[in-house]
Amino acid sequence: MILRKISRRLKDMQTTIIMVVALCFVLSTPLLIAMGLGYKSMALFREVPILNLIFNSVWEPASGNFGFLAYIISSVLITLLAILIAGPVCLFTAIYLTQYARRAVMRFMQPVIDILAGIPSVVYGVWGILVIVPLVSERLAPYFNVQSTGYTLITGAVVLSVMIIPFILNILLEIFRTLPIELSEATLSLGATKWEVIKHVLMRKAKPGIISAFGLGISRAFGETMAVLMVAGNVAKMPHGIFDPVYPLPALIANNYGEMMSIPLYDSALMVAALFLFLSVITFNAVSRIAIYRLEKKL
Amino acid sequence: MTLNNTIVNEKIQIRDLNLHIGQQHILKDINCRIPEKKITVILGSSGCGKTTLLKSLNRLTDLYPQVKINGSVELNGQNIYNGIKDINDLRRKMGLLSQRPAPLPMNIFNNVAYGLRISGRTSKKFLRYRVEHYLKQANLWEEVKDRLSAPASSLSIGQQQRLCLARGLAVDPEIILADEPTSALDPISSQTIENRFLELKNYYTIILVTHALRQAKRIADYIIFMYLGEIIEQGEASEFFLHPKHDLTKAYLRGSFN
Repeated sequence: MILRKISRRLKDMQTTIIMVVALCFVLSTPLLIAMGLGYKSMALFREVPILNLIFNSVWEPASGNFGFLAYIISSVLITLLAILIAGPVCLFTAIYLTQYARRAVMRFMQPVIDILAGIPSVVYGVWGILVIVPLVSERLAPYFNVQSTGYTLITGAVVLSVMIIPFILNILLEIFRTLPIELSEATLSLGATKWEVIKHVLMRKAKPGIISAFGLGISRAFGETMAVLMVAGNVAKMPHGIFDPVYPLPALIANNYGEMMSIPLYDSALMVAALFLFLSVITFNAVSRIAIYRLEKKL
Repeated sequence: MTLNNTIVNEKIQIRDLNLHIGQQHILKDINCRIPEKKITVILGSSGCGKTTLLKSLNRLTDLYPQVKINGSVELNGQNIYNGIKDINDLRRKMGLLSQRPAPLPMNIFNNVAYGLRISGRTSKKFLRYRVEHYLKQANLWEEVKDRLSAPASSLSIGQQQRLCLARGLAVDPEIILADEPTSALDPISSQTIENRFLELKNYYTIILVTHALRQAKRIADYIIFMYLGEIIEQGEASEFFLHPKHDLTKAYLRGSFN
């Protein structure tokens, strides 16, 4: 009897310890990444002031010029464009599927969305090269009287938007599904039309969720590497329009790490790029969390 | 089934109403009249179809795609399931008070003003006057007059329910549909709502769904007693409580309902 009691208590302790260890592992990963990146970046930071890295667009590693501006602008622009395309598409799709569509449509769409989310990044890249690149170079660019190879900012943004759509859409669907039906009933009872219910009440109630969905989409888009690298052109110059090639930060790292390491400070520069990415994603998260917190207080 | 002949002005007449959700038969051959400017209580235990009956009166049942309805519901002599032009207008005639208050995600003032705004009444002076008027009618004005721009969710649940009442009254309905409006409230808030109903019945037709026998005794003029989707007995409240006819009614009144 007593033995059994002790063994049960030991088991209890044992499982607790396992859980705490697992938690520590999860917690320590971002910390270790940040420390590693910071440590490796120091070499470059010691040589060049950080503001000179950020606000300089000349990238000539061989002569010691490490200006990240073109990369940063590329990343920001391609992410913004992608979310501008994906955001409204996801919002309207989510509203239609949860408020208008029959259940059968929803049941059909759910696996489609999951498949879209599961397609490997490189496949999206190939699809971009086969479909979007010729579309841009042969149709879209000539329409605006521009000469273009098709490997451009807009190509990357379109491919990227398709990639983040399933992620944003899944979150939005969950949010709209969990809105209480009493809210719709109450608003309809005041004489509102269906669209008025959606626009004035449901969208407003769902706003914190919509922001967090878009925030997650932005984080994902910002760090997406493979597909973007395949279609965005990878030219380290400031883009002047949507038909110019861009070179986002993740592509810079993926294309060059392991090569040209003989150039002094080059590996440190790539770590700085990774650090920028890391910090940006953290900042996005923080900003959208603050926005959500503020909004929830107002509702 | 006894249809009381003393009802002179009937507001709503329900004829042979049957409602299915998928394969389930939720409402069975509902026939009843609802008198104008009286409190009609739909009484029954949980799951007997009271709420569904209430929602079928302003066609909120349209929100549920699996629902199938046969029969007719006549409001002022016009069947709402056949040839009604403006469903929003129909719903606006019936203020809804649900079990748990569902304040709109806006501030207190806008909650009451919303229904007026969407019907095109946007003059600020008019809105301010009406909001104050209806918040007073719902007995809430004194508590919120200094914080009209605070979010409605910051109110207590009893206050929220009174806000929902003010919001419903503000669009000038003819009927108030109340679905167990006091079940989530503390006794004092419940009493406030009940007392309001007793005053409001001079101007509105009130239909109240409840399972609380004592509440029905306190405020009902007319009772519709339901069990498993059927109307078992209906009539004047005094008659219903003093001389129940059906065995199920007698059992329910005794409190020995299984």
